[in-house]
Amino acid sequence: MINRKIFFQGLKSLKGSRSPAIPLAACFIALGALLKDAGFNLQQSAASSLFTYALPGQLVMAESLLVGASIINIFIAVWLVNFRLYPMTVSLFPLLEHKAQPKWKYYLSCHFLAVTSWLIAKEGYKKIDKKHRIDFWIGIGIGTWSTAILMTIIGHLSADYMNKDMLIGLAIVNPVYFFCMMIGAMKNLSISIAVIGGTILGPLIYIVSTEWALLFAGLIAGTVAFLFGEKNGK
Amino acid sequence: MESSQIIVLAIIATSLATFISRFMGALTSEKVSVNSKIFQWFNCVAYSTLAALLGRMIIFPAGVLADSDLFIRTAVLIICIIIFIVSKKNLVLPTLFSAIILSILN
Repeated sequence: MINRKIFFQGLKSLKGSRSPAIPLAACFIALGALLKDAGFNLQQSAASSLFTYALPGQLVMAESLLVGASIINIFIAVWLVNFRLYPMTVSLFPLLEHKAQPKWKYYLSCHFLAVTSWLIAKEGYKKIDKKHRIDFWIGIGIGTWSTAILMTIIGHLSADYMNKDMLIGLAIVNPVYFFCMMIGAMKNLSISIAVIGGTILGPLIYIVSTEWALLFAGLIAGTVAFLFGEKNGK
Repeated sequence: MESSQIIVLAIIATSLATFISRFMGALTSEKVSVNSKIFQWFNCVAYSTLAALLGRMIIFPAGVLADSDLFIRTAVLIICIIIFIVSKKNLVLPTLFSAIILSILN
């Protein structure tokens, strides 16, 4: 059903000098502590990472609850911030597609799609035989997902022992890790323009509209980058 | 409504709102070929949306990070990117350093 060797190859991406374990641990420990602050008990905090597993959305949820937003408003705000997962899935899953593989693998494993797992898979898929790429992805997904859940629990439990400066220190780790990964991914002109354009437009449009910033910045910078790549043969 | 019920509803709403995008992505992927132009476009949009999110996280952060100074956050980011490049793309070093430097500077 699942190719064990390839699955473990995916799982092993948690180890080594390019390990995502530290940034994942840092940001989900910080999230666990924040959720405790927002009134979540241990089970609720763990359930949030188990079922959502997308940090920016979980932050939006916690902050919306703190200001007393309605459930509908939370739904819309989270949908807008996590909509990035749609283009991210479409730019990864066709690479993992193989006719011999059952569809349920794709439908279930799309839950593992988050920035960390996406960046690791984008970097490593070429080394894996096409037929087994989805098993490689499931290995990466199970590894990063379970780390996130475990660290949320640890964060919730250790919230009382951490001061604010420590939490701020933990919170910077994730954007730093992602930026480094993205710079590593800037191997051609269109991706470089996409990354630089998005970084500039994201905060700029945020000044005008907090909710729509990501969507518009992504569409505009992405389309410009694509057209540039087309014109210059990448 | 009790606050615990609201939290449970919020978890369900957040999870649904998140899974919709992932699942729609999996469905769309079945019709997209790796060699097509539309795949290239999705790839560019994915990278720039992600970059937009990261830019926002540094300039206008949510959560505890908002209590740190913008100048210090940017400085930490630049130092860590330099460490990343100098260390031949080691990811553990810059991430470890980022937490330590920010905790000290803050």
